[in-house]
Amino acid sequence: MDPAHLLGTGGALGAVLRYLVGEAVPAEEFPVATLVVNVVGSFVLGLVTFGGVGGDVALFVGGGMCGAFTTYSSFSVQTVLLWERRTPLLAAVNAAGNLLSCVGAVWLARLLVG
Amino acid sequence: MRRKRALERFETVLLVAVGGFAGSNLRYFFDAAIPQPLAATFLVNVAGSFALAVLLYDATGGELFARRSRLVFGAGFLSSFTTYSTFVVEAFTRPDAALLYVGASYACGFGAVLVGRAALGRIDGGGH
Repeated sequence: MDPAHLLGTGGALGAVLRYLVGEAVPAEEFPVATLVVNVVGSFVLGLVTFGGVGGDVALFVGGGMCGAFTTYSSFSVQTVLLWERRTPLLAAVNAAGNLLSCVGAVWLARLLVG
Repeated sequence: MRRKRALERFETVLLVAVGGFAGSNLRYFFDAAIPQPLAATFLVNVAGSFALAVLLYDATGGELFARRSRLVFGAGFLSSFTTYSTFVVEAFTRPDAALLYVGASYACGFGAVLVGRAALGRIDGGGH
């Protein structure tokens, strides 16, 4: 199948799943929903990357679903908003928290399947 | 009434899906066009942060964009165009470049948000 179609279809699914997580997780004080999707998506992409999954499945699940399920743009905007509307400390917690928990999730994934 | 709400919800999910399809595809295009994968991810993440800042900053002010456009472009297109999972896995698998990659992505991503909003303020005539 055309790689762009595989990636796009996985991306459409990932985007809808992210939207549903955003609806289900309350994030008024702190952008918890973005943290959740980024950690879960990084874990799954870690499984795909280190589990030796290749070809169409890697494109659909990894680049498509995980790529679209996780988001960098929302993370950037939310971190700047935390800095301005709440405290710089919360912004730093969000910036470092996303990175460290996602790196931890990828590390755990490699431990499991690598 | 309940049926109307269910239909509206269905419409929202469809709009997000269409945006997600297009956003992922454009990211794939940059991945294919730029031979250096870290540079490609860096570029989509910074450009997407800039565009989302324009779109969301507008939501708190002048409302230049309709709610449905924000769903398609924000929750659908831009959030799928940019990616955190690929960013982290790339940093993880390239320890030699990780510090520079993460530092540059964070600095330019946050900077792009500020630039995006400043640009919008100028277009909108400082109405915000």
